[in-house]
Amino acid sequence: MLQQAFNGLVGGAFYALLALGLAVIFGMLGVVNLAHGAFYMLGAFGAFVALDSFGLSFWVALVLVPPLLGLAGVVLERLFIRRLTPLDPLYGFLFTFGLALILQDLVKREYGVSSQPYPRPAELSGTVDLGLFTYPAYQVFVLAVSVLVCVVVWVVLTRTRVGMIVRAATERPELTRALGIDVGRWVTPVFGFGVALAAFAGVLAAPMRAVNPLMGADLIITVFAVVVIGGLGSVFGSVAAGFAVGLVSALGNLYVPALSQTMVFILMAAVLLWRPAGLFGQQEAFR
Amino acid sequence: MLIVDGLSAWYGEAQALREVWMRVDEGEIVTLVGRNGAGKTTLLRCLMGLHGAHGRTAGTISLFDEDITGLAPHRRARRGLGFVQDDRGIYASLSVEENLLLPPVNKAGPEPWSLKRVYETFPALRERRRFPGTKLSGGEQQMLALARVLRTGARLLLCDEPTEGLSPLIVQQIGEILREVKAAGVTVLLIEQNVHFAATVADRHYLLAEGRIVESLDNDQVREREHELLEYLGI
Repeated sequence: MLQQAFNGLVGGAFYALLALGLAVIFGMLGVVNLAHGAFYMLGAFGAFVALDSFGLSFWVALVLVPPLLGLAGVVLERLFIRRLTPLDPLYGFLFTFGLALILQDLVKREYGVSSQPYPRPAELSGTVDLGLFTYPAYQVFVLAVSVLVCVVVWVVLTRTRVGMIVRAATERPELTRALGIDVGRWVTPVFGFGVALAAFAGVLAAPMRAVNPLMGADLIITVFAVVVIGGLGSVFGSVAAGFAVGLVSALGNLYVPALSQTMVFILMAAVLLWRPAGLFGQQEAFR
Repeated sequence: MLIVDGLSAWYGEAQALREVWMRVDEGEIVTLVGRNGAGKTTLLRCLMGLHGAHGRTAGTISLFDEDITGLAPHRRARRGLGFVQDDRGIYASLSVEENLLLPPVNKAGPEPWSLKRVYETFPALRERRRFPGTKLSGGEQQMLALARVLRTGARLLLCDEPTEGLSPLIVQQIGEILREVKAAGVTVLLIEQNVHFAATVADRHYLLAEGRIVESLDNDQVREREHELLEYLGI
């Protein structure tokens, strides 16, 4: 059971990284980014292409792919997303959903729907003795790195002026402008950063999950449930909920296998009934 | 310092302001009085540049002889507008001190309040400076909202009903602060339903009805007609 709990935390690490990016993007831009899963998928494919075509190792990909895709996100924000923010949220849904389909199909056209092989980095191919059980070293690495990234983001958000502005603009975008802060200037880097986080999760996923065009679409639905459980726009909430959901679905898998896919949504419904704003949300998710 | 000329605003098809004309001179405290729905908050939001997201506007707004009609809210703030919105606008995800430090300080304006001065004037804020902003009481949150714009060195405060729902003691304290900032050369445009309070702090009053400024009153007129005004405002 402990081992299953550990599996849950590793799975939760991906939810947390993706939910973190979604939460800051939603908070600051008011755009629900349905293409977030596609960026995760592109991150994994980025690692695959880097190795397959350029012979670049996992480590190089981990450092290189997220900033590159983050940059693509910046361009995307400047060209398109920026124009969506003043419109009805529906346009944001449509645009990002369409974008996800286009990105998926472009990758499909090139690589088909079957999964691409991606080896574990040699340095992390063994197992680690965790005392009570042994565990694949790569999974331990994923968990450690994700926690580290979440902690770093948390520190930046809570201890720096940039973080203060992001928190303020997330909570009350209009008032923050009225208080003399050029919120628009921070929107582009925040979007790019969210995309880079998704790509980072994607690179991390490549050696342990099936690398295929639909890997993001499969995951993102759960990630949205995570964001809602944590409280829309709440950064801390989305990270905590990410790990919690990973844990719950892994344990659910152990005890009630039939419900393992549904578990997350039952949890979401229960949380929303109990706290309509989500666990750490300030406002009601659905009005 | 502030001249509003023919300002109209719409929410979709509904017109909320109808060719409002008003001026506020430097060093004055002017109140906007009117029933709920008369357009007071809409007027203040137009001045701050926040109406654009919800609908159309027409007319011009100038501040210190500069046309600011098309300026983004943050640029207006940097030209000396300080906004205290009706729900006080305290950030729950920021500590009390972060709430104070968030807006950039405007160097062109009158002497901005230092953090030290804020804490000397409002000791309760210092005691709770590490608490989330919304853990303060309503009165303390109002003090925080006022202190926050004073720290920026704003030259014209736009305050949306700062006394609403507060105890008489705190209302009195807010009155003292407003008189103090006026003495320091800050101008204030104040939405105020409490006409008695308005007459004790302000120099002049505009009565707003159905999106129009229908009357301009001085303090004596307000005192004479206090009962009539209260009845009209439905208080």
